[in-house]
Amino acid sequence: MSMAAEERSARAPWALTAPALMLFVGVLLIPLAMTVMLSFHDWGQYKGIEPVFILKNWHEIATDPYYAEMFWRTFRIAILTTLLTALLGAPEAYILNRMSGRWKSFFLLVILGPLLISVVARTLGWALLFGGNNGLVNKLLMSLGAIRSPIPFMFTETGMVVALAHVMMPFMVLSVWAALQRLDPQIENAAMSLGASPATIIRRIIMPQIMPGVLSGAIIVFSLSASAFATPAIIGGRRLKVAATLAYDEFLNTLNWPLGAAVATLLLVALVLIVVGSNALIERRYAEVFR
Amino acid sequence: MAYLELDRVAKQFGAQTVVDDFSLSVGKGEFISFLGPSGCGKTTTLQMIAGFLDPTRGAIRLEGKDLTAVHPAKRGLGIVFQSYALFPHMTAAENVAFGLEMRNVSRNERTERVRAALAMVGLAGYEDRHPRRMSGGQQQRVALARALVIKPSVLLLDEPLSNLDAKLREEMQIELRQIQRTIGTTTILVTHDQNEAMSLSDRIVVMSQGKIEQIGTPQETYEKPASAFVSQFLGKTNDFAAMIDRTAAAAKLVAGSWSAPAPAGLNGAVTVSVRPERIGFGDAGLTAKIVTRIFQGNHWLFQCESECGPAIVIRQNDGQAQPAEGEAVRLSWRPEDMSVRARAVA
Ligand SMILES: Nc1ncnc2c1ncn2[C@@H]1O[C@H](COP(=O)(O)OP(=O)(O)OP(=O)(O)O)[C@@H](O)[C@H]1O
Ligand SMILES: [Mg+2]
Repeated sequence: MSMAAEERSARAPWALTAPALMLFVGVLLIPLAMTVMLSFHDWGQYKGIEPVFILKNWHEIATDPYYAEMFWRTFRIAILTTLLTALLGAPEAYILNRMSGRWKSFFLLVILGPLLISVVARTLGWALLFGGNNGLVNKLLMSLGAIRSPIPFMFTETGMVVALAHVMMPFMVLSVWAALQRLDPQIENAAMSLGASPATIIRRIIMPQIMPGVLSGAIIVFSLSASAFATPAIIGGRRLKVAATLAYDEFLNTLNWPLGAAVATLLLVALVLIVVGSNALIERRYAEVFR
Repeated sequence: MAYLELDRVAKQFGAQTVVDDFSLSVGKGEFISFLGPSGCGKTTTLQMIAGFLDPTRGAIRLEGKDLTAVHPAKRGLGIVFQSYALFPHMTAAENVAFGLEMRNVSRNERTERVRAALAMVGLAGYEDRHPRRMSGGQQQRVALARALVIKPSVLLLDEPLSNLDAKLREEMQIELRQIQRTIGTTTILVTHDQNEAMSLSDRIVVMSQGKIEQIGTPQETYEKPASAFVSQFLGKTNDFAAMIDRTAAAAKLVAGSWSAPAPAGLNGAVTVSVRPERIGFGDAGLTAKIVTRIFQGNHWLFQCESECGPAIVIRQNDGQAQPAEGEAVRLSWRPEDMSVRARAVA
């Protein structure tokens, strides 16, 4: 091969990926870098944003317990949401997988259908059912005399976890479903012929094999829940804030962009660390079995 | 007395009858093959014995006791699946130990039996390997060890060798037969490979479209096929249209210019089946012309056009001169080398 051709072939991949690379740099990396930079700028009620380099915002986040509590709440909600989706989603996917042809596709559609509906609409549904005295369910139960005061749902962490779990469920079901598709269709028969009871088959044969699916689903659900905005905004409002709604408030209500940027950056860094770390752990744990 | 007995077993999926009127009795220690083309119901029959499917009609008995009433987990049969169905998250040893664990065998005995089972299939030293890190042949051996370690009353094998390449398959056939001879487990093998069925089994059950065509030793099914299907399915065969002529003093069987004394019991139009390796070139017999001649190492394959239609002849390569392409020859065979069946005349 001639030198020129060699050079051309070495350059070709770069030239071919250039448009996508430029888009990536333009709409993701540059704004991200600017947000990080913004978090080191100063801000005052009257002077606005001052492009200087100070650690004021980071110092405030590190020392004010308000932020610690808020981040802790964010991750607590994300963890509980993840647990709830795993506990409900994994059996759901398993049952779905055992259904016969027609029912299977019908219920798969039922589970995945909500993905086509806006998160806002799905969350508002919960608000309509449980929102204070006017919530449909609350009203019904109170008029039946089953409860004296409305079930606390709006502005509670429980409410947020339930609504988030509902929104995130399809991701968990899909992830476990994908793992179930990789199972040998005869594996349960094999275990049964060796004398295993149905419970043993699920515990010893099925669960270990779909665990990677559950865990990757958990990573997706966790990161989406921790950074979710719409659902916490509707259920928690400004009374029960999480990291995403706090950053939003700093940006658009207080207009303290640098502080909002610091919160957003911290959330991003924490999430990346958690996701990358747990991914590495999972891969190490299951390397022997699933290449 | 029959050890395992299938009595007029049938299976329907909806309106479709997949297995019909299947009766078979298997002796203790016998090696039986279910042989038939794809979709003829071999797997379905095996799964009914295993208990994964319930027969629509008929009974399955093991040592005289009704097997269909026993839950599959309690039947104590060893099964090797076509896909092996090994547990990918367990090591080879854990896979083999699983059945023993379910039987509450003590840890020490378990380790000992697992070691012995893996050694028997030639996998000593592979205890801690995961299935995904093993070759197809090794996985197949683990599956066999896992089925055998529980000392099953019957071993059921569903095309266990079909995923292996030709050479490995032959090795495993020999090994499988040796293991089965040594431990004497009653075995049923499902296969659509006639060579496999012939080389392994004591008796072959030839199936077609859910029905039994013939049950017999490999030799019987090959040399005395009970139907046209069996003779076509088991190796190559030549079918010649012939007539039995009882007008003369001595009744004659006539096919073209070939004739022989007529066998008893048949009359009129018949079909004569002769294996290609039983036909010789001679001075008398069916007139034919050699169309192609193919050299295959230890034998020659001749495709001929005879007066009774196309014919295949196989001759050992014994160093003798062989007829050339285009040459006119006469085909003949000994009466004991053919089978004669009545033929429906259209
Ligand atoms: N669950 C089922 N529902 C409906 N029909 C089925 C079912 N299982 C098998 N069949 C049909 O029964 C027939 C026999 O199937 P079976 O699997 O027993 O064939 P086989 O002899 O094992 O074939 P192969 O050599 O391809 O494995 C096929 O026509 C198949 O389509
Ligand atoms: Mg089959």
